[in-house]
Amino acid sequence: MLKLDKVTKIYRVGTFGGKELHAVSEVSFEVRDREVVSLIGESGSGKSTIGKMILHLVSISDGSILLDDLDVAALKGEALKEYYRKVQGVFQDPFSSYNPIFKADRIFQTIHDEFYPDVSAGEWSAKVERTLKDVGLNPEHVLDKFPHQLSGGQLQRFLIARALLLDIKFLVADEIISMLDASTRIDVLNLLAGLKELGLSILFITHDLSLANYISERAVILYRGCVAEMGATEKIFTNPRHPYTQMLIASVPRLDRKWEAQASVESKCAPTGYASGCVYYDRCPLAFGKCKRRPIPLEIEPGHFVACWKAAEPPV
Amino acid sequence: MGLQVENLTIYYQTLSGDVRALENATFSLEGGEIMGLAGESGCGKTTLGHSLIFLAPPMKYVGGRVLLDGEELPIQDMEKMNEFRFRDISIIPQYAMNALNPIRKIGRMTEELLQAKKVDFKAVLPELKRRLDLVKLPHDVLDLYPIELSGGMKQRMVMVVSTLLDPSLLIADEITSALDVASQKAVAEMLVEFRDQDCCKSAIVITHDISILYQIADSIMIMYAGQVAEKASTRTIIHSPRHPYTKLLISSLPEIGVKYSERQLTGIPGKPPLLLDPPPGCRFRDRCPIAFDKCLEVPPFVEIEKGHFVACWKEAGNA
Amino acid sequence: MSAQKKKNEFIYFSSRNPKLLAGVSIILLFLILGLIGPSLTDHDPFAYANPLGAQPPSSGYWFGTTFFGQDVFSQLVNGLRATFLVGAIGGGLGTLLGMLIGFTAGYRGGVVDEILNALTNIVLVIPTLAVLLIIAAYLEVRSIFTECLFIGLTAWPWAARAIRAQTFSLRTRDFVDLARMSGMRPLKIIFTEIAPNMMSYLLLVFILQFGGAILTAATLDFIGLGPTNAISLGMMMQYSVMWGALQLGTWWWFIPPGLAITIIVGALYSMNVGLDEVFNPKLREM
Repeated sequence: MLKLDKVTKIYRVGTFGGKELHAVSEVSFEVRDREVVSLIGESGSGKSTIGKMILHLVSISDGSILLDDLDVAALKGEALKEYYRKVQGVFQDPFSSYNPIFKADRIFQTIHDEFYPDVSAGEWSAKVERTLKDVGLNPEHVLDKFPHQLSGGQLQRFLIARALLLDIKFLVADEIISMLDASTRIDVLNLLAGLKELGLSILFITHDLSLANYISERAVILYRGCVAEMGATEKIFTNPRHPYTQMLIASVPRLDRKWEAQASVESKCAPTGYASGCVYYDRCPLAFGKCKRRPIPLEIEPGHFVACWKAAEPPV
Repeated sequence: MGLQVENLTIYYQTLSGDVRALENATFSLEGGEIMGLAGESGCGKTTLGHSLIFLAPPMKYVGGRVLLDGEELPIQDMEKMNEFRFRDISIIPQYAMNALNPIRKIGRMTEELLQAKKVDFKAVLPELKRRLDLVKLPHDVLDLYPIELSGGMKQRMVMVVSTLLDPSLLIADEITSALDVASQKAVAEMLVEFRDQDCCKSAIVITHDISILYQIADSIMIMYAGQVAEKASTRTIIHSPRHPYTKLLISSLPEIGVKYSERQLTGIPGKPPLLLDPPPGCRFRDRCPIAFDKCLEVPPFVEIEKGHFVACWKEAGNA
Repeated sequence: MSAQKKKNEFIYFSSRNPKLLAGVSIILLFLILGLIGPSLTDHDPFAYANPLGAQPPSSGYWFGTTFFGQDVFSQLVNGLRATFLVGAIGGGLGTLLGMLIGFTAGYRGGVVDEILNALTNIVLVIPTLAVLLIIAAYLEVRSIFTECLFIGLTAWPWAARAIRAQTFSLRTRDFVDLARMSGMRPLKIIFTEIAPNMMSYLLLVFILQFGGAILTAATLDFIGLGPTNAISLGMMMQYSVMWGALQLGTWWWFIPPGLAITIIVGALYSMNVGLDEVFNPKLREM
């Protein structure tokens, strides 16, 4: 369905754009039909940039993103609009996704105006109401309101409904429940998981391991713009092989287990200047000489890739 | 000793009227106790935390008493509280990392803060350095500008400064929520270390992330819509909660190992009432699966077993 | 319900903001004076009406007469018209140019932004007065409109900078991305998504430009670069000083125009501060 091949994003920073910041370096992975893939990373890992590149909101510096053999980077004008019929996104902050001075349901009107100008107003509002019911909202309660009158959960459902109005095939869900309250977030997550039955593929971007584990078949662990580990979610959680993944799983607060006493190594420097080496080099307890070269993801068992020289070595 | 809060009621003044953000909160905190304060956004947890130290408009004191180590805190008097702030009760604010003045060196800023409290910087310096060691910050951070520190470092710097005078009570407001997991763990563990080293006697940790509290808190208090729902030891709250809201809340948390395809979790249907004009009685009534007639009255916050308080009519009989 | 509420909130805070109310009333007062003033007096502003020359205020000549016997009141009210005209057209032109350049730079970013930013900075550092001197030397007849044009063409950089910064921060908001994902074109996004969010801000910019234009016009007029075929407050001051009003003690000649300019500009700034408080909840006093 959607394929990323060595996708790279370089930002020019500094006074005259003299410095390069590799936000994303040579990331390759694939999302298959009707599959939920989690893209897991902490802030600054480049996970949102990848989402935005897929959505054609940020340009690609190098590499390619293909949707069923269609080169996403080259799209513009009408072709891009057609792409947006099939691919949509929902973002983290429900309140920032709405223009605060207009009513929230204006987003449906925009879709009507831009994509279905031929559909009559009556038909359209019937379709909107149907879709709102599909995402678990009562149209009477939520239409004709301003964003601040609706809860975060309702706003996120609105955005999912907006995407569904377009008969999409692929949804980028960027941290969509991280700002919601505990009691409502799980319902939005369930809704998302249910979309798969409608034939959608989803890229679920998150920093929360337990959410990724809950919803997705496969997971991609991202660290400083590079893929550290990817594979079936279960394999990654039960048998993490990259030292970063291991550290993540050990430090994430859980309700069934207390933290172990071992000190966690925090990041010390800014995410620049890793032109050649492993991006986890400065924090890695296993780092050795070879790590000054960037490791490439190696398939250590079927479908399980790890970008670490140590993990690639046969166990002693 | 420790903290006693009795019937504390705080409203927010708005144009449309008073928002009843906190009503009749009664609880106590032992010396040495780290209490987690959890609940959804708008449940009053931040109001409670802030009212104890900085009760400024639009917050309005309506009633109740606060005793710290047996002495009553004049929380409704901004001026008089100055004497207690920072010395007896201190806070690490939510956006502490951005609270640092960007054009002042950190050492200079600390010095000014101490001067305002009439404390000699030189005299405190050795202790300051010891505490920097404690949080694994190099001494030369004092000569750096805030921008030169990472998020986790800034958070720890603020922790050190706010506990420098060994306050009896430290309020930590969402201090881990903006950090990555490694820093989150480090900061949370440091808070425990601070308590163990007596840099603060007890602490209230305000967060929406209950799993962090499970790691570090001795007890957890759950709030809902401006009312205290349940308080008990961390173990009890996580493993055998009694308030229906706590039960539903805990069971809605996704855990590593739970998969949608195997076991679907459910949230709590409905949403919290508006606090501008909340319904009478238990505010969880509308969403509660076991609500009955009695719930039209406000349930008392009673101790059903030692150290386990619940505000629910279904449990009140067991007291 | 909320639009209503928001509107009410705006009216509520506006009607309780003394700075805004004072500013608006003063401006209105002068505006009315400028509009109906000329019909209150029979004297032509340029006519040598009083054969006695400079005379203090009297029942026939409310604000007195000039050295040449011209009616000061008539000059003042006619000058007010010119002043408001300069403010509206000059300030309006400055705001429009500022919006055009600010929106484009802020929304496009990148190279476009850098070029426009450079242009802004160049116009900002050009010594306006020197350029105007040169231009004035080549124009024999200068109307109020040429003056407005000068002012508008040189005053926009501040507005452009402010609007660019605002656009910059708004365009990173997710709703702009959402609009892009709805296939909307940039111009449509700017006018339907970004600009409506800045209405209050644009109003403030316009008020500042309005006041700035009046002050610049007064300066130009005072040094003799004003319109050659009209009267303005600045020109009244220029004539009064030129004909020794200060030395002769004919205070009624220069005090009214000077005071009027000061009060108008002061009132505009007071409005600006007041509106800022109304729009920005953080500045509101409860």
